Amino acid sequence: MGFPDRIERTVQVAHPPAKVWAALTTAEGLGSWFGHKASIDLRPGGSASMTWDHGLTAELRVERVEEPTVFGFTWHIYGLPDDDPRRTYVEFTLEAVGEGTRLTVVESGFAQLPDDAYRKAYDGNTDGWARELGELVDYLDAA
Amino acid sequence: MSWSTTSMPPEIEALAEQVFVALADPTRRSILAALASGGPATATDLAVQLPISRQAIAKHMALLADAGLVTAEAGERRRVRYRLRSAPMQVAQQFLAALARDWDGALDALQDHLDQRTELPVTTKLGSPRGRPGRKPVQP
Repeated sequence: MGFPDRIERTVQVAHPPAKVWAALTTAEGLGSWFGHKASIDLRPGGSASMTWDHGLTAELRVERVEEPTVFGFTWHIYGLPDDDPRRTYVEFTLEAVGEGTRLTVVESGFAQLPDDAYRKAYDGNTDGWARELGELVDYLDAA
Repeated sequence: MSWSTTSMPPEIEALAEQVFVALADPTRRSILAALASGGPATATDLAVQLPISRQAIAKHMALLADAGLVTAEAGERRRVRYRLRSAPMQVAQQFLAALARDWDGALDALQDHLDQRTELPVTTKLGSPRGRPGRKPVQP
């Protein structure tokens, strides 16, 4: 079993980079193909948000803006608790190829674990057995 | 900011694997569900709630404890009470999150979006007009 830390896709799009860039970096674009509604403050450190009609919301933090070639953002890892600090980094790279665009998306960071989470995942196990063995000792002492 | 491109440490993979093994069994899923919904319980409590013998529960509890999914704690009258632990679930969830991230669907939706906004038919060899009906946006 291998854990993917990174997802990468490349697609050829029959539209020039400027048009693809607009679809990726404007509220109108993101709200059309990605979410149902979106807002974006397009600058490094700016925030963006996307909502879906069924109630889900994704908060993005814009990280890289190099029009019209690189757009990067981080967002919360879907499925983890809301207060989990881990985020994945998504980067779109646009490269003009003929009349169209070679668009690459890389999302990385799925396999990251903060140090305390690593410990937390194991500690309880040890604690539990330590407690249980303590119980056994108590029981034997009392017998 | 650094984003690791390496895979998870082997211990973490092993931990997640134990979670998936634990969840592969319907009896263990029902035990975990009972602990999740009703809180800490003894093997006897669980035997009353679920159609499983106390002995079978004890056997499953050993596996669940090994996976770190439950911890044993002191209950009333010296009975061992089991409590659900979510930490290993969160490790396994990272794996599921990577699998569930549907970039193929999102990129298809992007292509459709771009094609719909083109006034003239697209005839480059890179992307012929797509025949798919309009897609719903892809959720994260």
